[in-house]
Amino acid sequence: MADFLIDETVDITDVVCPVTFVKAKVALEELDDGQILALRMNDGEPVQNVPRSIKEEGHKILKLTENDDGTYTLLVRKVGD
Amino acid sequence: MSVDYKALKNGGFMRQVQKNNFSLRLKVVGGNLTAEQLVTIAEIAQKYGAGRVHLTSRQGVEIPFIKLADVENVKAELLAGGVETGVCGPRVRTVTACQGSEICPSGCIDTYPLACKISERYFGRQLPHKFKFGVTGCVNNCLKAEENDLGVKGGYEVEWLPEACTLCGVCLKACREGAIEQAGEKLVLHSEKCNNCGRCVKSCPFDAWKGTPGYILSFGGTFGNLIAKGEEVLPIVQDTETLFRVADAALAFFDQHANPSERFRVAIERAGWAPFKQAIEEAYHG
Repeated sequence: MADFLIDETVDITDVVCPVTFVKAKVALEELDDGQILALRMNDGEPVQNVPRSIKEEGHKILKLTENDDGTYTLLVRKVGD
Repeated sequence: MSVDYKALKNGGFMRQVQKNNFSLRLKVVGGNLTAEQLVTIAEIAQKYGAGRVHLTSRQGVEIPFIKLADVENVKAELLAGGVETGVCGPRVRTVTACQGSEICPSGCIDTYPLACKISERYFGRQLPHKFKFGVTGCVNNCLKAEENDLGVKGGYEVEWLPEACTLCGVCLKACREGAIEQAGEKLVLHSEKCNNCGRCVKSCPFDAWKGTPGYILSFGGTFGNLIAKGEEVLPIVQDTETLFRVADAALAFFDQHANPSERFRVAIERAGWAPFKQAIEEAYHG
C-alpha cells in the first residue's frame, strides 16, 4: 500500500449491502479525478461484491489487501468528475 | 353447439370452472412484452374479460373470463395489437428467460435473443407431452434452468492472462468457489471447482481474466406432479449451432421414445440415460 498516496479513507464495515456500495459511491463522489480512496470492508459479501460494483461504475481498482483484523482494504483511483 | 375444446386448448383457451368462460393464454417470449402489447392486453381484458389478467408461473399472461362467443373477435383484436395467443397441451410451451447480459450485470449470455430463436424454432411443436425451455443468464439461475425439460444456463469458461495481472487480489475474494489460488506470482485456477459464474472476469480491474461465454444445458427437469432436477450430460456448449443440434436431438429422442402423455424425464428414465446421453453426445459432436 506504500506505493499509493491515499487521499481519503472510508470505513464501510459498519453497514451492510446495499449501503456498503452506496457509502463507497458517495465517498468517491467527494473526490477529484485521479485521487485515491482507501475503503475498509468486511470479509464475505462486501469483499466479494464491492470491488466489482466500483469497477462497473468506471473507477480504477488498484489493490486489495487483507488487514490483520480480518477486514480488507481496497484502494480505488477515482475516474471522472 | 358442440364445442371443440381440444382445438380451443391448442389455441391457448383454458376452460374455466365457470361454464363457457375461458382463461386465454397469450404468447410471451422471455418474459418480455412491449408497452403497445400491454395496452392491447389491457383493452381486451377490459372489453371481453373481467378487467384483469393473471401472471402465470412461467412468465405468461392469461386473460380470464373470455366468453366462448367472443373467441374469434378476441383473437383478431389481439393480433391487430401485436399479441398472439399461447399454447397448452402436448407441445413446446412458453420459452422463459431472465433479463440476461443485456440488462443484468451478472449475465454471461444474451438471453432474450436466444429465447426468441428457441421459440421461433420450437414453440407450439407437437410432442408426446408438454415440453418447456428456460434460459437463464448465469449460474445465479434466477430462471431456474433445471426445472425445465431443457434448461439453458449461461456461464463463462475462464482463462488467466498473466501479462495483464497485477496480483491485486480482487478475484481471489470475488470467487465464491475457492477455485482461484495464488502461488507466488502466479494464479492457479482449480477448474474442478470453477462453476463458470464469471465473477473473476467481471470483477477483475485489469482484464486479466478472459471469459468465453457458453451454455450449460440440463435435460429432463420437471417441477409438477413429478419433481426432478434436469441433468447436465454435456460439457459447456460454446455456440448456438451446437445448442440447436443438441436440442433437435433431445426433441427427436423424446418423439421416438416417449409413450403418449409421458413427460421427457419419464421417457428418458424408461429408455435409459445411457442411450439418451449417447444420442445427445452424437449431436454435440456433430
